[in-house]
Amino acid sequence: MSNEITIKIDGVEYKTQEGEYILNAARANNIFVPAICYLTRCSPTLACRICLVEADGKRVYACNAKAKDGMEVTTSTEEILEERRAIMEVYDVNHPLQCGVCDQSGECELQNYTLELAVDSQSYMIPDTKRESVDWSSILHYDAGLCIVCERCVTVCKDMMGDAAIKTGPRGGEKLGKELKDSMPKDAYAMWNKLQKSVIIPSNGTAETNCSDCGECIAVCPVGALVSRDFVYTTNAWDLKRIPATCAHCSSGCQIYYETKPASIEDNTEKIFRVTNEWNYVSLCGAGRFGYDFENRVNGKDEIAFNNAVDALTKADTIRFNSLISNEEALMLQTLKEKYGKKLVNSDAYAFQKFLKYYGKPSGHLLYGSDFKEIMTTDFVISVGASLRNDNPNARYAFNNIQKMNKGAGLYFHPIADSLIADMGKNVVSFTHKVGLEEAALYLILDLFADKEKLEESTKSYLDSFHFTETITIKEKVMETVTETVVDEATGESKEVSKKVPKMVEKEVEVERNSLVTLLGGNDKFAETFEKMMKKKESFSLIVGEDLYYHPKAENLAHLVALIEKSCNMKVAMIPPKTNSLGVALLCELDEKVEGYTVGYNENGDFRLSALGDGDLDMPAMNQQEGTLTNMHKRVTPTNAALEYEGYELNDLMNALECGELLTIDWTPRLASKRGFQALAFDDLPNGYTNEGQENRGYLLKNLGRRSGKNEPKPFSEKFVIEGEIAYRCNPQRQFNDFSDKAHQIFETFSLSASTAKAKALGEKVEVDFGKSTLLFDVVADERMEGDIVSIPDFKSANDIYTLFGSDRYKTVTIRKV
Amino acid sequence: MSLEEFKNRNTGQQSYKMLDIKHTPQSGIGKFGQVVERTVKGELFVGLWVTLREMGNALFKDNMHTIKYPLEKLPISPRYRAIHDMLRLLESGHYRCIGCGLCEKICISDCIKMDTKYDENQRKEVTEYTINFGRCIFCGYCAEVCPELAIVHGGRYETASEQRASFSLFEDMLTPIDALKQQKEYDGFGAVSPNADDTIKQTPLAY
Repeated sequence: MSNEITIKIDGVEYKTQEGEYILNAARANNIFVPAICYLTRCSPTLACRICLVEADGKRVYACNAKAKDGMEVTTSTEEILEERRAIMEVYDVNHPLQCGVCDQSGECELQNYTLELAVDSQSYMIPDTKRESVDWSSILHYDAGLCIVCERCVTVCKDMMGDAAIKTGPRGGEKLGKELKDSMPKDAYAMWNKLQKSVIIPSNGTAETNCSDCGECIAVCPVGALVSRDFVYTTNAWDLKRIPATCAHCSSGCQIYYETKPASIEDNTEKIFRVTNEWNYVSLCGAGRFGYDFENRVNGKDEIAFNNAVDALTKADTIRFNSLISNEEALMLQTLKEKYGKKLVNSDAYAFQKFLKYYGKPSGHLLYGSDFKEIMTTDFVISVGASLRNDNPNARYAFNNIQKMNKGAGLYFHPIADSLIADMGKNVVSFTHKVGLEEAALYLILDLFADKEKLEESTKSYLDSFHFTETITIKEKVMETVTETVVDEATGESKEVSKKVPKMVEKEVEVERNSLVTLLGGNDKFAETFEKMMKKKESFSLIVGEDLYYHPKAENLAHLVALIEKSCNMKVAMIPPKTNSLGVALLCELDEKVEGYTVGYNENGDFRLSALGDGDLDMPAMNQQEGTLTNMHKRVTPTNAALEYEGYELNDLMNALECGELLTIDWTPRLASKRGFQALAFDDLPNGYTNEGQENRGYLLKNLGRRSGKNEPKPFSEKFVIEGEIAYRCNPQRQFNDFSDKAHQIFETFSLSASTAKAKALGEKVEVDFGKSTLLFDVVADERMEGDIVSIPDFKSANDIYTLFGSDRYKTVTIRKV
Repeated sequence: MSLEEFKNRNTGQQSYKMLDIKHTPQSGIGKFGQVVERTVKGELFVGLWVTLREMGNALFKDNMHTIKYPLEKLPISPRYRAIHDMLRLLESGHYRCIGCGLCEKICISDCIKMDTKYDENQRKEVTEYTINFGRCIFCGYCAEVCPELAIVHGGRYETASEQRASFSLFEDMLTPIDALKQQKEYDGFGAVSPNADDTIKQTPLAY
């Protein structure tokens, strides 16, 4: 896509990509350029102006000046140093550095840069403004008194998360004296002028933010202005022990650090105080950042329960589990299947595994071709069958980031319209189609993007059958040349001047229409909009969501996805439904139905192994065990134990059944017996990022090829369209499973969500009749949702929502008011 | 000292007095004679006289050189480092500690622990604070690092107790509110040096 160029930084030649910002080029080569407001992966804010450098003799800001071939960059001259020092002095005005209490506790960029730029005296002053500290939500706490208005929080919220829930607002500070403008360095003055006018406020005009409470603003804050309400003033950062891990809540598998220290003076057991991340390279969601205290505390080993568990496993016909387990545990369960013939049932991974198989046959490889990191680099993204806001935060961030950073465009196909997605960019078009028309959506994508030469004749003519032409009247702006005679006042001569004047003309044109667009609920003007969207677009990507795996025609959909990937030059990535669904799908041979005596692992069963503390035998939760997880980026990432666990783990049971290893992590190299995995020991797996942002965690799965078959997708039918009262199996944001629910900072309840209008119509409490059984739900209004379809969460495994929905994600139900 | 004396490098004989010490007797008779001689000579009373004189002074003239510990105590240096005191603000009476945690961090024997929380006045409140005096080596770093002069060393050096815990809670070390007027600033480790004003550059303030 881009070309390699050579630039000189401080006299040394470095290679970088064309169009890369100077700052990133410098960072990638380990050259330090100070910058406060810039965030990798987000647009430059130009608030701090401290990244000033000289490029080819001109002063530019390294964060928004792009590198050109042969450019000579000087990172510091005397003039620049003076400017930077003045900027830091301004930041230090009314912001003491011997701050006694602050939750940043020394991890403070303001302190660091003040020292770095050797500010040892202050030359500026202005009366301070009283700025209150406020709570923005049940999670966020903002202390305006500490804020330096670098706007990193604003930038990340808009460019990464897509919530755009905060903005800069008036500070009410005193105006800068005019004499300063001439006396002080000009960038420092400009920065101060802006700083003195602004603080951060919620963007919806109220005192509370309307956002997903992801807390990424907290992570990026360079000072201690933004903190979570739970964490504020509870501990100093330096007391915390950082444990590198992988977030266990969804398939994003984000890099996180659990930060622990003994709970208090009385209670000396380790406790997780917060979760942090490498925010320049990975963005967390609310569940990842705040749903950390789901550990299962046990007092020692319960031998009786253990012996019962061994008996139960020996007796069991079926082991039922979900994808909240590590790869190692999945392999253990698969070993039980291979050795003792147990059936393995996993509701979330089963459909995904089937879908991958369907997809593998025509595509010729085991896994989807791309990943979400790659998708983030494209400029046209399409999402089909995923409730982007709820299903997977990383997919949503990718969709949003493309709109904001790559001047991208997006198509969002989903039966439930979502105002958040629609607001992510002006080039986002949402198709709110009927449930069951996902095939039609894929056919439309094929029609819009496919290189028709690569398609079979039959498919081509099938696609053509949807086209028809229509004659419409449009108004067009035409530039008309008008000649006027003008008398020149000075000379008295008359001159003929011709001017171009716009004129509206009505015109009849024949336009080509596609009946699929209409079928999918698209706008009449879609063709024109689409033309605009396609301008200057070079790379395309498709996000495939869970709706497709749980579709009655999943096989045909998988074939269509494979065909799109091949013929449309499109990067395709799928969202695994739950944390380690991909790992489980690759490691285990799953069965469809539960039969006979069942041992449930974090699921219902006759004997329950549970990391939730309510089972017959306790198991360690994901923050108490070592192991690897396979995430949606097709990466096997290591996670470490943050808290101690004294009870038994699955490997102990395996040992009792005579097929265990000494430690759970001894299973890690054994993963290689399954396709795509590598024989690497757990302790050899890296977990970090390089300065360039290269992910260096675990290893990437090999996308092995397989024998490919013919790909002739069948025409779609409207037979599976369902109408009436429809329930959609979908969790609220920040809720993914029992463990996120257990965490004390995740407040979202197990309730039915509906659009505001629908919620009003339903009342406070409803009974949902699934045919086989009924469930009572509180109704929660979700103001981002539109339409009549209601969402029913599945995060509580005890309620067994998966079984109620069966092999579908949408179900016609009867809802009665209670 | 004259130059001549410098020139005399025979340091072995310089102004030393040679004592007239007799040879230790070897025979039994000789040894017996030495014992008799020393006993009868009365040299013992030369030394004992000093003791008797002081006893007389103490008993009859009330002039004693030792003190009656523990009924009496010697004054100690203000820089003495014994059990910590927690000081209060003189104006408001509120304790000075802001819960910054620097004492906890700097403590080299890792004996200070504190729990803090965000209180209703939007301040950091110290909910619990302990010093494990079984481990404390009274190095004074905590007092030196304290930005508020809140933790200082006091003069309470008698640390024998049935339970060390009886010294170590925040309230035990805190100046009693009724004794606020008697609270003294600490001159030792961590105190502001008398010439502090001369050595710092002041930050300009607009108010």
